[in-house]
Amino acid sequence: MNKPVKPDDTGAILKVVGTRPIRPDGVEKVTGRAAYGADLHLPGMLIGKVKRSPHAHARIVSIDTRKALALPGVKAVMTSADMPDLAAEHYEAGESASNLKDLSANVMARGKVLYHGHAIAAVAATSNAIADQALDLIEIVYETLPHVIDVEEAMAEGAPILHDQMFTAGLSETPTKASNIATKHRLDRGDLAAGFASADVIVETRYSSAAVHQGYIEPHACVASFAADGQTQVWSSSQGHFVIRGLCAKLLKLRFSDVRVIPAEIGGGFGGKTTVYLEPLALVLSQKSGHPVKMVMTREEVFRATGPTSASVVTVKMGAKSDGTITAAQVDLKFQAGAFAGSPVGAAVMTSLACYDVANFEITGWDVVTNSPKVAAYRAPGAPNAALGVECAVDELAEKLGMDPMVFREKNAVRNGVRAPYGPVYKNIGYVETLEAIKSHPHMSIPLGPNQGRGIAAGFWFNIGGESTVNVSINEDGTAIVSTGSPDIGGSRASMAMMAAEVLGIGVEQVRPIVADTASIGFSTVTGGSRTTFATGMAVVQAAEKLVIDLKRRAAETWGVEIDQVVWQDGAAHCLQAEKAPKGALTLAALAGSAGKTGGPIATVVALNAQGAGPGFGVHVCDVEVDPETGHVTVLRYTAAQDVGKAIHPAYVEGQIQGGVAQGIGWALNEEYVFSTGGVMENAGFLDYRVPVASDLPMIDAIMVEVPNPAHPYGAKGVGEVPIVPPLAALAIAVRHATGVRMHDLPLSPSKIRAAIDANAR
Amino acid sequence: MAQLSYLSPSSVDDAVKALSGPSARALSGGTDLLVQVRSGRAKPDQIVDLKRIPGLIGIRSENGGFVIGSATCGAMLSEHATLSKIWPGIVEAANLIGSTQVQGRASLGGNLCNASPAADSVPALIAARAICVIAGPAGTREAAVETIVTGPGKTSLAAGEFIIAFKLPPRGPRSSDAYLRMIPRTEMDIAVAGAAVSLALDTDGVCTSAFVALSAVAPTALLVAEAGQALIGSRLEAAALTRMEEAVRGACQPISDKRGTADYRTKIAAVLAHRAAVIAWNRAKEQA
Repeated sequence: MNKPVKPDDTGAILKVVGTRPIRPDGVEKVTGRAAYGADLHLPGMLIGKVKRSPHAHARIVSIDTRKALALPGVKAVMTSADMPDLAAEHYEAGESASNLKDLSANVMARGKVLYHGHAIAAVAATSNAIADQALDLIEIVYETLPHVIDVEEAMAEGAPILHDQMFTAGLSETPTKASNIATKHRLDRGDLAAGFASADVIVETRYSSAAVHQGYIEPHACVASFAADGQTQVWSSSQGHFVIRGLCAKLLKLRFSDVRVIPAEIGGGFGGKTTVYLEPLALVLSQKSGHPVKMVMTREEVFRATGPTSASVVTVKMGAKSDGTITAAQVDLKFQAGAFAGSPVGAAVMTSLACYDVANFEITGWDVVTNSPKVAAYRAPGAPNAALGVECAVDELAEKLGMDPMVFREKNAVRNGVRAPYGPVYKNIGYVETLEAIKSHPHMSIPLGPNQGRGIAAGFWFNIGGESTVNVSINEDGTAIVSTGSPDIGGSRASMAMMAAEVLGIGVEQVRPIVADTASIGFSTVTGGSRTTFATGMAVVQAAEKLVIDLKRRAAETWGVEIDQVVWQDGAAHCLQAEKAPKGALTLAALAGSAGKTGGPIATVVALNAQGAGPGFGVHVCDVEVDPETGHVTVLRYTAAQDVGKAIHPAYVEGQIQGGVAQGIGWALNEEYVFSTGGVMENAGFLDYRVPVASDLPMIDAIMVEVPNPAHPYGAKGVGEVPIVPPLAALAIAVRHATGVRMHDLPLSPSKIRAAIDANAR
Repeated sequence: MAQLSYLSPSSVDDAVKALSGPSARALSGGTDLLVQVRSGRAKPDQIVDLKRIPGLIGIRSENGGFVIGSATCGAMLSEHATLSKIWPGIVEAANLIGSTQVQGRASLGGNLCNASPAADSVPALIAARAICVIAGPAGTREAAVETIVTGPGKTSLAAGEFIIAFKLPPRGPRSSDAYLRMIPRTEMDIAVAGAAVSLALDTDGVCTSAFVALSAVAPTALLVAEAGQALIGSRLEAAALTRMEEAVRGACQPISDKRGTADYRTKIAAVLAHRAAVIAWNRAKEQA
């Protein structure tokens, strides 16, 4: 193996980056000391609870909270009447823009309830039991309305309309009739008809997937304290406390400087913790009661009122010449948004054909509101749904052509210089290398037995950069503190410490990484979009480099030489004029100890908006065995290759790949929102909402392909989202080859598989 | 849940008295009851912990059979070498409940009296022809396991009654049992359907007795007499197994719900009964 080298013209050998140190937050987490959202207790703290809609769609006729408020121990009751009635306004928050009017009506229903579980009132009381009793005393009169949850039914003529003022955007003519279709998205290039006319083989196919939840282990939780002078503090677990601050301030019309959000440790987010549910309510209840208020969701509330990602229907028409060249592709994506506009269909449109060099295409996306919880970002939002349709269509087309699907993908693969369907010209991408990594992997030559099948699928995600602030300071003993505003959801404390240690030339254990609150560091957007190691990491490196310059200046002053006579190596300043430095090198500890004499504390801040994030590609292969009598799928082996740019901490990159695959397997095989005819989710718990357990999964072999991104000091690309993109299709294709039946509707649960096998035998 | 009292009597009489109240509930491992109380599904005013009563926890041999205290947890069953050798189907069924941690608490008595149609240990106990020893205000009585559950969440136990122990009959040579269930996952799940088979063979491997019981395909666990009859006199030849499968399918009266369709449950019950019968037969042949 080659020695890791910095991917710039210095060719410096890396000592820390690329190694696998123990994570700095590990001991706290495995010993149960880490303080998560629900772990804070304050004097006089009340318990807040939410009253939720028993209907999927209803007009709120009246809410009477008097009996609840009269109950001894109840200190405050709130409804949407206690929150500002906001105008429609877009606010860039997290991974997607939020419409503040919608967000306000989602955290507390206004006028109508739009899904079963929609918050309609909240109480704060001195105990759990009293809060529960108070919820039962709130009297609400509803006028129930017909509801619609299925995305295609919601688009159909005559469907119950959720929002009277929703007129489909993106059509050539502005409609006059309200619709559940919020937006039509479209992306096209070339001449579609000519493309299909020149094809020798065409497939037309349709794939659907059910709504699935992010399934983070930690339920949403927060504590809010609203002081008499208007200063507020919020402790909550999220993927971005600055976004929590911004949304709370906007929803409640507070000054940003009056809202201090302190990040708790986070027990999983996967995109779902980039918005607010409880925080604004806890603030209102705290203001009304004069006490700090803690709110913690139950698992049932998490399923009914937060998350999920969209159920979707994807139709694909794809044509190719007999030599395997794709000539045209037409993709139509229908996405369930939940109660308010804003499904990830836009990203689905942009990613759907991102692995393929296609001259003629037309991609259409439909963002459709339904009487189900408003969807939230989930790991590569929209891309897995789109890849399910496109990758399965590619497999069908290769089969029809009689071509090896891997060869077919290679033939049509995007390469550097190709214009991506969504606009930019690809550079420094590693898709072909990733395909090759799977093609040449021993997995591909393992023979398959009866009832076994192999599936291959590819996936793409943009990865982003964005705004981050980093503060690096050197302590008096020469150790360092790296403060970021980026919550650690995937090992980023470790990678930040490693990059700082690399630049400073010290051991990673000398660097303490922390996540600072909104009043202690400058703005940093969410940990999401696979941006933190890239963007916040870039700021860490720049800050450490600034410190090295400062340290060299201090050494130069001490020695009375020009700064260019000082080199920084192995955590110490070395003087090129040895006679000027009779005592030898000045270590970081020595410079830190005498900092008072050389200009004061050694610290610096870097705030940036990182550009140049490198897109990521993954190629997965999985083998399954299907029990033809029970329909049960066993995943025998799974290999996932991904272009990661440069793995800063390889173990956590592998962890990201394995985690994404595990979630993708769950999505493909058993996870789904099951709704009753009344629009009530019937499986709002981990017993019947089946995420995979450890024994359901094989060892997931993660192959890191490293095609460096020159925009990052060490070549890093985002890694956290790509791995959930291919599994849905990889599993569906593997099941098809194991059973001989192509199944088009996820999840591929045992009862569906058995029914499909029986139908095929008939 | 304004008031919730907890009692842990150390005698049968005290327990009977404590359980005679209008909304008292018996507690053994608590792996169902406490979850229900927490979620608000059960609202007892008195919880009566049975575990301090002598004999409620433990396994002993008696009259050639076994007596298992009703609060005995799954881990104790699997750690009992003789029981595991003679009744592997009961032990494997009880050990499918929950996780390793749950196995340290969950009991046969609790699994039965929770009265879920999907309870894993119940069909195995029924196929084994286990008898419940029941304490109550009128003294002690005995009843077959299949007579206890009358519907989802409902039992035939009267106020003040609780199960002290399960009696397993003496077991001859060349006898064994097996239990299989279908779940979408590989563990930590609830049966979509389950089947238990208990067999005794003669020296030629011919079934001299056979009992087949099912879970999750009707409001209660079912003992399917015709399915057992179909196996008697056979060495599990294809024709006998086909007759058994038909009897199983004929007995199923499942519902379609979030865990599976009625059609799927019916098909799977037959598949599982077939496979369990083969396992039990192979095990029985090895029991000298």
